[in-house]
Formats: sequence, structure tokens, C-alpha cells
Amino acid sequence: MTATWIAVLVTAAGCYCLKLAGLTVPQRLLANQRVRRFAELVPVALLAALSAVQSATSGQAIELDPARLAGVGAALVALLLRAPFLLVIVVAAGTAAALRAVGVS
Amino acid sequence: MPTQTASRTSARPARPVRDGVGLGLAVGVSGVAFGAAAVSSGLSTWQACALSLLAFTGASQFALAGVVAAGGSLLAGTAGAILLGSRNTLYGLRLAEVLRPRGPRRLLAAIGVIDETTAMTLAQPDPGAGRRAFTATFSVLYLTWNLATLAGAIGAGRVGSPQAFGLDVVGPAAFLALIFPRLRAGRTERLVALAGAGIAMTTTAVLPVGVPVILAAVAALAGSLARPTAGAAETTAADPAAGTPQ
Repeated sequence: MTATWIAVLVTAAGCYCLKLAGLTVPQRLLANQRVRRFAELVPVALLAALSAVQSATSGQAIELDPARLAGVGAALVALLLRAPFLLVIVVAAGTAAALRAVGVS
Repeated sequence: MPTQTASRTSARPARPVRDGVGLGLAVGVSGVAFGAAAVSSGLSTWQACALSLLAFTGASQFALAGVVAAGGSLLAGTAGAILLGSRNTLYGLRLAEVLRPRGPRRLLAAIGVIDETTAMTLAQPDPGAGRRAFTATFSVLYLTWNLATLAGAIGAGRVGSPQAFGLDVVGPAAFLALIFPRLRAGRTERLVALAGAGIAMTTTAVLPVGVPVILAAVAALAGSLARPTAGAAETTAADPAAGTPQ
């Protein structure tokens, strides 16, 4: 078995155990106001970070791809206009694809 | 989220299922981007498929592929991918209240504890609708994501770059859409999101790939220690993604 396979399987096992742990640990953990608030805010912080990192970096470098940034910007506009989820995604990908089709990269 | 506009005056049982199926299809298709990215990173088609089948949490999968592509340490890549999956534990805590899964059902439901199923489930007005939303979102998203991963892995290098279809924007746009209702929920949420993004961006150049995103959890910790503004605690406790319940 190669090192990469081990990394793949350990990642998979780890991710599954973390999911199962959430469904298994006692509910009274969430009764604590601070823990509950932290549980609510973690996805906000991590997803905002992921969105930013995937929008504007490549590896360890800042990468400002005009088409990609325009796509994310279009998603933001769609969200502000209260567009449904599907439309937001289509608008974002469509904007980037259209800009690239006309030579913006 | 689509559910935000759902009529709350009449019970329409089809709604959580329809929204869940829609979300599952829309996000699942972006498995093409993962499959393609994974194979161009140096993972084999079967390794890409194993990650989608077993890990089934996009951010961790992309993180591991990213580290493989960058030639980083596999140990750091694995640790980063698993830490990134730790938010699913917190989602599980919230979901368990709605799903109340027991025995083998819990083992199966655990696979489906991810960003999208959590957002869709918690956005429903009652636990019954929540459970239907979870089942619909999870089953459709799981099938679509895995088929799309396979297609992307096989198609990588044959149908050109996924970027030509704007697929690289699907991830960031979806993450933005998923937190957007929470950003409307309160000032603390907006500050935490900004701080989280700021922390990740400023540390990207100096930390291994995957770590900056985990570090963003510091923003959530700071936010949870902040004095709650009047009324904010109640609204967010119900559910950030659901708007105001009744």
C-alpha cells in the first residue's frame, strides 16, 4: 500500500469518526451557552475562510484570478438580491466561464 | 437558501424534499471539480473515488488533494484534512437534536453530516421536515457527488480544464451562499466571518496549505466569548439559516 493510499484512508476514517462523534456525544454539551455559541460560529468562520482562500489563493500564494473573483463577486450580488441557492451557483460559474470564453483569465 | 422563501403558513411536505434534491444535485455536480482536481494533483482515479465515498466532505477532500499537488507532507495534509472535518462534529451535535438517530441508522446518518445537509436540515420549520430534508439532501448529494467525482477523475485531461466551465468558482460561491443567511443573523456573525477570512488570508503565505482555514476557528472562539447583544442569542439559537421561526 502506498503512502498516498494510507493518507487517503486515514483521512476518510478520521472524517467519518468526527461526524459520528457529533451524533454520539451527549446533547447536554450543547446546553452550555458558550459551547453552543462556539458550535454556531465555527462554521461561519471556517466557511468564510474557505471561501476567501479558494477565491484568492493558490497553494501558499495569493492569486487574483479576475474571472474567478468576478464569479464570486457575481455570487455576492445574487445573494444580496436574495437569489435562491441554485441560481447563485449558476450565476457564479457562468460569469467566470463567460469571462474566460472571451479571453479574460 | 431556497427554504428562506418557503411559505410558513401552509405545510407543504414536498418542500424540504424538493429543496434538498435541488441542493444535492447542484452541489453534487461540483464533484466533477474534485475528481478532476484530485487526478491532476496526482491522486489516482480510485483514490479520488475512495475519498468521495468514504470521507464525503468536500473541503477536506480538496485540502488533501491540494497538499498532494503542492508536494507537501502527507502527514500534514492528512492532519489538515481531518482538522478541517472537525466542524462536522459540531454539525453533528446540532443535527442529533433533529434526527435523533439510533443504532445502524446513526452509523449511516453519520456519513451525511456535512455543510449542506446541516444547513438544509436546520433551515426547516419542524423536526419532521428536517428529517425529510436531511434524507433528501444526503442521498441525492451522495450519489451525485460520487458519480461526478468518477466522471471528473476520468474526464480530467480529456475534456479540458474544469476552469473553462467556471467550476473552480462553485466551491467559494457555495460556501458564501451557505453562510449568507447567518451573516444576516447578526453583527457578531459578520465580524466572525470577516475575521475568519482575514486570519486565513494573512496566514496563507506562511502556514502549510489547509492550516490557515483551521486557524480561522480562533475567530469563532473570540466571537463565542463576546457578550451577546440583546435578542441575538435567541435568534441564532433557533437556527441561523432558518430566518425567524414563526
